[in-house]
Amino acid sequence: MLEINDLKAAIDGKTILNGLTLSVNKGEVHAIMGPNGSGKSTLSQVLAGHEAFDVTGGSVTYEGADLLGLAPEERAQRGIFLAFQYPVEIPGVTNTYFLKAAVNAIREARGEEPLDAMDFMTMMRARMKVVGIDADLTKRSVNEGFSGGEKKRNEIFQMLMLEPKLAILDETDSGLDIDALKVVAGGVETYRGAENAVIMITHYQRLLDYIQPDFVHVLYKGRIVKSGDKDLALYLEENGYDWLIEEQEKKAQEAAV
Amino acid sequence: MTSTAVAPDYLTASFDQLQAQNGVPDWLRDLRQKGLNSFRVQGFPTTRDEDWRFTDVTPIVKAQFQLSPAATAEVTAGELAEYTFQDVAPTLVVFVDGVWSRPLSRMDSMPDGVTVQTLTQALAGDQAELLRAHLDGQTQAAGNPFAALNTGFLAEGAVIRVGAGKQLSEPIHLLYVSTGAAEGLMMHPRNLIVAERGASAIVLESYVGLAESTYLCNPVTEIVVGENARLDHYRTQRESLSAYHVSTTQVHMDRDAHLTSHAVSIGGSLTRNAVNAVLDGEGCECTLNGLYLGAGRQLVDNHTIIEHAKPRCQSHEIYKGILDDRAQGVFNGRIHVHHDAQKTDARQTNRALLLSDRARINTKPELLIFADDVKCTHGATIGQLDPDALFYLQARGIGRDQARAMLTAAFGGEAIDDMQVEPVREHLSNMMRQRFTRMEV
Repeated sequence: MLEINDLKAAIDGKTILNGLTLSVNKGEVHAIMGPNGSGKSTLSQVLAGHEAFDVTGGSVTYEGADLLGLAPEERAQRGIFLAFQYPVEIPGVTNTYFLKAAVNAIREARGEEPLDAMDFMTMMRARMKVVGIDADLTKRSVNEGFSGGEKKRNEIFQMLMLEPKLAILDETDSGLDIDALKVVAGGVETYRGAENAVIMITHYQRLLDYIQPDFVHVLYKGRIVKSGDKDLALYLEENGYDWLIEEQEKKAQEAAV
Repeated sequence: MTSTAVAPDYLTASFDQLQAQNGVPDWLRDLRQKGLNSFRVQGFPTTRDEDWRFTDVTPIVKAQFQLSPAATAEVTAGELAEYTFQDVAPTLVVFVDGVWSRPLSRMDSMPDGVTVQTLTQALAGDQAELLRAHLDGQTQAAGNPFAALNTGFLAEGAVIRVGAGKQLSEPIHLLYVSTGAAEGLMMHPRNLIVAERGASAIVLESYVGLAESTYLCNPVTEIVVGENARLDHYRTQRESLSAYHVSTTQVHMDRDAHLTSHAVSIGGSLTRNAVNAVLDGEGCECTLNGLYLGAGRQLVDNHTIIEHAKPRCQSHEIYKGILDDRAQGVFNGRIHVHHDAQKTDARQTNRALLLSDRARINTKPELLIFADDVKCTHGATIGQLDPDALFYLQARGIGRDQARAMLTAAFGGEAIDDMQVEPVREHLSNMMRQRFTRMEV
């Protein structure tokens, strides 16, 4: 589904991703962990197409197409979804209006008829329940005045509405209390299936108690330096990243000699 | 302004032609003469006048505008359907190229104590004295040459009187249509809206150009909100893009009166709106909201003055502008808190969104505060669309053009959110979205 090969990206001339390689297949859930500043969020932004980042090398192939050549909306229309780490507030645009525009833009790109108001509302009500979104929240401006937890739930709600093939969750668990975390994880579990894939970017092992990943990768200085299964996450939880950083620095020194 | 300024010949000729018509009371002829004299003394403003620094009216001065002929172009109700809000506003007064259209208007079946008439009807009927008492008193004081010119050509318009204690839930709609059938017309509509003590009403005032043509529309609307009365006034301007629209709205508020004014400017090559509100009794509440859209080389100038003349009044003002291409905006918001207007609470916000590098806005809050126990705040911002919001919408599959249109319409929305008449608000926000979708190239 997704092939990232030796990807390099920079912002304001500063290299953040430095030769990242990752392969994601249908039905898989990948967790990407790593210390602060390792490039986790940059990866998600580059995959979604944020123009602030310059791709300076490597390639990303998504369902056989060159992903990096597509506009952000085309990526979304082809089934990529990014749950933002910091969802943007959009005053004056109601959540319902926004979602309807998004759902129908994606349907149109797929050559489908737009949903009528009734079908849309039915779909919305069913999915609001999964993530415990209040009807009141859908009438308010997108993310405006939402609490941290409401914003994250709203991201997962949007994911359920847009039915992506590849969902990238960028620190969706950060700042959530345990109840909100369960709700969010429940939403992801509802979505998860044989036909789609998830990349979860997280700082904490905690999320992985609720969503079992198939693979765990550690990102450090813009590269994946270690991959394993969920046991790797548990090991990191106990021992932190220091051992890994030391190992990496040692390797780098040896290489320099 | 120089005292030697004279009116261009074409104005004098039109004026003589108007004064020669029969059936006008002497006091009205005198009033017109006073208006024209006042205009002659002031002359057309120039950019050397502080109040007109950014708004050059030379094209109006140079044009040879003529008064409308008595017989005007044919307009069908179907052509107006888009502008009439028939479902919510059954009472409709239509003027075509400045001339009242009986067949297009719906003015019967007003409840007792409520009068909706044309100025001509009011002059002939039992409202003549009321009219005489109100006309001109306020606008003369405003010292505005275009308002003086309007008085010089005072002949037609609408007169609305909502008697004491009358509560009207359905809006009354005044619709001024320019057909473009004849080039170079000038219209000087004069409206008077009186909400007497304890009355409540909604008045829509719209100016619409049906075809591209050059004309001058120079309306003056006087609004009197009596003690504890409540008036919602929506003004929308969608003139032809070659037209000149210079308007004056003069509001006088009595004790505990409420006024909510929405002024929306969309059309016109040059637009100048003056809204002056005098809060002349304790406990008034005045909301002045404005929205203006400009593209191409449109110029939109909004000058507002809120006079806090008495204590314990509140005023809220939000003006929002969206300017694209080489459009220019001007906002000047004066809040004048008089010496004994203690406990005044005045808030003014004025924000402009520039969609192109060559669009321009000149904005100036002007606070004149002569009382010492008041709350006055003002804020002015100028900005572009938020790139993070744009990316967020795109990341949800919404194309860049549509995303821009959504954000632009959302920005403008705040200025019309308070509109109680939902179909009008909906109509305006749809129009905004369409307009900014189209604008994308």
